[in-house]
Amino acid sequence: MTIETREARQPWILLSPSLTVITLLLVIPLLFIVVYSFWLRTATGADQVGFFLDNWTEALTDAFYRDILFYTLKIAAITTVVCALLGYPAAYFIARSKGNKALLLLLLMLPFWISYIIRTMSWINILGVSGAINSLLISLGIISEPIQMLYNQVTIVLGLVHFLLPFMILNIYVSLEGIDVTLEDAACSLGATRWQSFLEVTLPLSIAGLAAGGLLCFVLAAGTYITPIILGGPSDAMFANLVFEAIITQLDWPLGSALSLMLLVVLGALVLVYNHFLGMGQLMKGLGK
Amino acid sequence: MSWMFLRIWTALVYLFLFLPIGVVMLLSFNANQFGSFPVTGLSFRWFFKLANNDAILRAFETSLLLGSLTAVISTTLGVLASLALVRYKVPGQNMISTLLIAPILVPEVVLAVALLLFLNALSINKSFFLLLMGHVIFTLPFVVLVVQARLVNIRRDVEEAAMSLGANPRQTFFQITLPLLAPAIFAGMLFAFTISFDDITGTLFWKPGGVETVPTQIFAMLRNSISPEINALGTVMIILTVGLPLLGIGIVRKMSTKSSE
Repeated sequence: MTIETREARQPWILLSPSLTVITLLLVIPLLFIVVYSFWLRTATGADQVGFFLDNWTEALTDAFYRDILFYTLKIAAITTVVCALLGYPAAYFIARSKGNKALLLLLLMLPFWISYIIRTMSWINILGVSGAINSLLISLGIISEPIQMLYNQVTIVLGLVHFLLPFMILNIYVSLEGIDVTLEDAACSLGATRWQSFLEVTLPLSIAGLAAGGLLCFVLAAGTYITPIILGGPSDAMFANLVFEAIITQLDWPLGSALSLMLLVVLGALVLVYNHFLGMGQLMKGLGK
Repeated sequence: MSWMFLRIWTALVYLFLFLPIGVVMLLSFNANQFGSFPVTGLSFRWFFKLANNDAILRAFETSLLLGSLTAVISTTLGVLASLALVRYKVPGQNMISTLLIAPILVPEVVLAVALLLFLNALSINKSFFLLLMGHVIFTLPFVVLVVQARLVNIRRDVEEAAMSLGANPRQTFFQITLPLLAPAIFAGMLFAFTISFDDITGTLFWKPGGVETVPTQIFAMLRNSISPEINALGTVMIILTVGLPLLGIGIVRKMSTKSSE
C-alpha cells in the first residue's frame, strides 16, 4: 500500500465509527418509522404489516391533530419573535461592550449548564399561588387572594423564552462580532444618523445570526414536550405531547410514527429553506461557541 | 442615551434569566415549614430530607452512570470524526458534517420515537442499553462541534517536527498528539455528560419502568406538587453542573497554557 492510499483511507477509518452509529441509530430508524407509519395497529397483539394509508389519513385530516399542529407552530413563532426582540439589544450590547464582554458571555453560557427542568419549574416559585409575586402582593395588601397566573399559553411562552433566549443571543452575538465596527462610523461620517447606520448597515449584516438563532428557537420550541406539561394548562398540549400520548400511553405505534414524521417534515422543511438561503455554516458557528 | 438604554435592557435580560434560578436557591435554604414564601430563616432541613430520599439517590446513581458512559462513548466517536474532518480533505465534507450534526436538527421527540421503535423491532426493549444509545446519538453532534472548534487550533507542524526528529507515528501520537488533544477531549466529555445528565424528553421515551434519572425523578415529583425538596435538589444540581464545569474550564485553561509553553 502506498503512502497516498493510506493517507486517503485514514479519514474514513476515523469517521467510520461515528458514521456507523449515526446510520444505525438515526438514519435507519427514521426510514424504519416511515415504513412503520403505513402499518396498522390491531386491537390485539402485533401491528399488521402492510401498506395502509389509514394513519396518514387520520393524521392529516383529523381536525384535532391539525389544530394542535397549528397551535404548536403558533407558540413556536411567538417564542421566536419574543426571543429576537429581547435578545437583539442584549447581543448588540455584549458585542460592543469593552471591559466585561468575557464575563457577560460566560454568564450567558451558565443557563445551558443548569437543568432544563429546574429552570422550567423555577417559574412556579415566581408565579405560583404561593410564589414570589403573589406573596409580595398579599403582604403589601394589594390583593387578598392569590391570583392564578400559571398554566396557560402565556406561561408556556415565558418558559420557552427563558429556555431559548441564550441560544438567540449567542447566535446574534456571533454575527455582530464579525462585523467591522468602523463600518457604522463610516456610515455616520457620510451623513447617516446612528439609528440609520444601524438599520442600513449593522442590522442587514447580522441577519444571518438572527436567522440562525430564530431557526434554533423555532425548531426547539416546536418540539418541546416538557414545558407545556409543567407550565401549561390541561388544554395546552403541543405536538410532542400528542406523539408521546400515541406512542407511550396508547401504544399506537403506527399512528405515532405518522405523527412524528409530520412534525419532522414541517420542521425539516424549515431547516431546508434556511439551508438553501444561508447554509449550515452560521448555525454551526453559533452552536460550537 | 441609547447606550444607557442598551445597558439597562441587557441587565433586565440577565435578571430575567437568573432571577428564577436565584429564587430556587433561596427557597431551598428556607426554614419556612412549607418551603415557600415568606422566607423565615436559614435552614438545611430540605437538604437533609433530600439526602434521605432513596428514590432521588438512586436517580443520581443512574444519571451519573449514564452520563459517564455517554461521555466516554460519544467523545471517543466525536474526537475521531473531528480529527478526520479537521486534518484531512475528505470528499463530501459538507455532507458528512451535516450528517454528523443531523441529530440536533431532528426534533428530539422524533429521534426518540424512531430509535425506540427501530430497536424494539430488533427485540431490544426499553432498557439501560437503549437509553445509553439514545444519549450517545444526541450528544454526538455537540461533541463534534466543540471538539472541532478546539482542534483547529492545534498545529500539525508540531507532530511533523517530532517525526522528523525520529519519533515513530505511535510515539508521536502518544507523546505529542494526545497531550495536545487532551483539552478538546476533556471539553467534549464534559459537554456530553452535561447534556446527558440534563436530558428528559428522550429519556422519558427510552427508560424502562422503574428506572429514573434525576430529571425524570424531578418530573415525577412535580406531578404531585412542587415541594421544597425539589428546590433543594435544584440547588444541588446547579452546584454540580455549574460548579464542576467552571472547575473544568479552569483545568482546561491550565492544561492548554501548559501545553502551549
